[in-house]
Order: sequence, then structure tokens, then C-alpha cells
Amino acid sequence: MTDELEMEEGGGVVKKFMFLNRKAPYGTIYALEGLEVVLISAAFDQDVCMAFVDDGVYQLMKNVDTTGIDMKNFSKTYRALEGYDIEKLYVEKESMEARGLTEDDFIVDVTVMSSAELAALMNEQDVVISH
Amino acid sequence: MKFAILVNEGPYTHQASDSAYQFAKAVLAKGHELYRVFFYHDGVNNASRLTVPPADDRHIVNRWSALAQEHGIDLVVCIAAAQRRGMLDENEMKRQGKDANNIAPGFRISGLGQLVEAGIQADRLVTFGD
Repeated sequence: MTDELEMEEGGGVVKKFMFLNRKAPYGTIYALEGLEVVLISAAFDQDVCMAFVDDGVYQLMKNVDTTGIDMKNFSKTYRALEGYDIEKLYVEKESMEARGLTEDDFIVDVTVMSSAELAALMNEQDVVISH
Repeated sequence: MKFAILVNEGPYTHQASDSAYQFAKAVLAKGHELYRVFFYHDGVNNASRLTVPPADDRHIVNRWSALAQEHGIDLVVCIAAAQRRGMLDENEMKRQGKDANNIAPGFRISGLGQLVEAGIQADRLVTFGD
């Protein structure tokens, strides 16, 4: 798979990719499968960031226990992103506050920004992939 | 302009695949290039050859197949998303030791790298989903 990916790389083109996460981590598969795309994107040497808005902010919660719902807990994957050089993680302030959360509730270090700031950042991207 | 399309929802349940198809038709009608259509999440179900809608309804799967045949459009189904939803081509059927396959003509199964690569190659990647 690695060989295949390397052959498919963008020929030196580096684009700004934003992976926009808007869904809660469990309940639907969007967060889990969305994370799979993010990890694959690391093989393409692109300028990747992730944004968490709406219920997507719940994806970063600490102390998640999924034993009661018989689902694989993938919280640790967010911690592993750093190892893939994916270090730009943005959380929308309004979404975070509306859910009574603070930065201390998250499993990784994030940059919190307002909806307007995030919109400006989104506007700078070449590719936005939203789940 | 060079477009790529991402379809994230299954056929019939959600309008996303209909809208994606209409958009694809419009892209081609306007003389633009359609680099790839990538099917992810439940979008992989757009590729089931076993789909049998009522006779008076649109046939979403056959519509995609016809688009691929007429315009040489690259229709790519994510392998990981496909496998967990029971979508296999002939190769995967053999590799997984299953007794059937169900990928419609014009679709091919490949990795998520094809989505990232489409984002790199296309001028616009347009997502259809929730």
C-alpha cells in the first residue's frame, strides 16, 4: 500500500487540506472513517489541518469509555496524529462553549478560534473535506 | 476547470448521490473535466450491481455506470468502506474467500489515497453528503 501511495503522490504539489469534523465520535461512522482519510493524507506530504465544529468537538474528549456500546474506542488515534505531522488542530470556540466544554476537556492540544476566524482559515484552504 | 466529486451517502436514502450525479452531468455539459468521482462512507453503496429499484424510479447505480462508459469517468469506491459494508469486486471476493461480488460496471475499488490524490489533482473537490 505504501508503494502504491508513493507512486500516486502529487508530484511535488503541496495543497492546503482541511479536514472538517462536524459529527460526534460515536453514533455514526463519519468521525472514524474521516480519521482514516486524515491518516492516509499524511503519506502525500500536504499541508494538512483538522477543524472540529458542532458535535465534532466531542471527538476530542478525554476519558471516553465505549465499553457500554461495544464500539472500538479510537480516542488514542487523535493522540497519534502528531506522529503523522498533523499538528494543526482547530476547535471552534462557539461549538465548544455551547456544549459546556473547555480546552482542558480535550485529549490533545488544540487551537481554539472563533467561527469568524475559522471561516477565514477555511477560505485559505485549497481542499476542504467535510464529514 | 478540473473537478473531482466526493459522494458520502448511499443511494435512495439520501439526495447526496442524486445531486452529485446531476452536478457531474452539469460539469461535463459545460465542457469541464471530471477527474474522478470517489465514493466513501455509505456512498460505496452507489456501486452495488445488485440494486433493483422499482421500474418507475431512476436507477442510480446504472446511471453512474452509464456515465463512466459514455465519458470515461473514473468511479472509485473506497476499499475499506466497501469491505465493511459488504461491497466486493471479483479480486476481493477471492482474496476474502467470499462466494459473491457485487461491483457494478464502470466502478473500481481502490484506496483512500485516490481521494487525497483527487484533491491534489483537481481544481475543485466538491463534497456531497450530510
